[in-house]
Amino acid sequence: MTSPHPPLLSPGYKSTVLRAPRQAPILLPHTLTELTGPVLGEGPVAAADADLTRDGGGEAQGQRIVVHGQVRDADGRPVPDTLLEVWQANAAGRYRHKWDGHDAPLDPHFAGVGRTMTDAQGHYRFVTVKPGAYPWGNHPNAWRPAHIHFSLFGRAFTQRLVTQMYFPDDPLFAYDPIYHSVPEFARDRLVAGFDLSATVESWALGFRFDIVLTGAAATPMETR
Amino acid sequence: MTAPGTPSQTVGPYLSIGLSWAEGPAVVAADTPGAVWLRGEIRDGDGAVVKDALVETWQADPDGRFHTPGFRGLGRCPTGDDGRYAIRTVKPGVVADQAPHLAVSVFARGLLHRVVTRVYFADEAAANAADPVLARVPGERRGTLIAEQSADGYRFDIILQGPDETVFFAL
Repeated sequence: MTSPHPPLLSPGYKSTVLRAPRQAPILLPHTLTELTGPVLGEGPVAAADADLTRDGGGEAQGQRIVVHGQVRDADGRPVPDTLLEVWQANAAGRYRHKWDGHDAPLDPHFAGVGRTMTDAQGHYRFVTVKPGAYPWGNHPNAWRPAHIHFSLFGRAFTQRLVTQMYFPDDPLFAYDPIYHSVPEFARDRLVAGFDLSATVESWALGFRFDIVLTGAAATPMETR
Repeated sequence: MTAPGTPSQTVGPYLSIGLSWAEGPAVVAADTPGAVWLRGEIRDGDGAVVKDALVETWQADPDGRFHTPGFRGLGRCPTGDDGRYAIRTVKPGVVADQAPHLAVSVFARGLLHRVVTRVYFADEAAANAADPVLARVPGERRGTLIAEQSADGYRFDIILQGPDETVFFAL
């Protein structure tokens, strides 16, 4: 199966040039270390963590949206009870981070971080605002398309995935080397679909973003 | 049914917003018998420190078991402005025929997907010599996977690129 992942050295994205390893990776046999992974449980996640729009005792500015989807493995099976972490810029395209010097306003009611667990069928859902596009220094007049960062553990070390979800029909796709680092056949897998069934009438637009974790996992078993 | 895999993307420079946990670097509590600090720095192909990276570790408990109740097994630490990370853990036990080791993922701005490596321990020379994964690594590069003993635990630097490049694995 052809890998959907971008090559580590993708010179259009300049930061890869000094950071991508140059030696070929050595094939790692899948031992119990790789076929298991963290089981984090509900402990670190509160229900409120799935709503990014209510920080600091007020409501975030911007277009309110619902983002939902299903997490599956390469065999199409749902991945239940796995931690999903998201982070993003605010509606003006500004991250709440000391290094983000973009001349756009911070929002006291938007920290830009959320967490949730998938349910028994692998479904997740969170509420946020649509992030703004923002400029970056990769090349003259460079702008990142609007995106939400996603991090997932899956069931095994092999399944760990960090990715970015984009929004449909963004005119900035054509100019973005990070989006273009992905093989062409797989790029549309990073683009959420507008989902009328997930909208909340008179309140929020809905988008669907399904995620497939490709790594192998152990058949559930006792390890001792 | 085969499902089409979701591509990876970089964590970007602002990963600490989403991936920093106050308790992330503490795999075990400070008063755990055998607790040690695994410390190191990450450098790029110019030798510059990488201050927007995240190190994650996954490991067995001291008896070589995974998913032991009360033992999270996961460590997570973003690098600071000095490119350094620190994770407090215990040395894992032997897993099947393998020497004690941690599985490591490194994420960073400029890494379009994680890179994977392993930490072995310098004071396990005999077990390391018999380890089937280390045996796959050319002898002259094996040292990049060995954490040296330090004042409060072990030191493990990660060199992303260059003559002393750390050995990375394909899963």
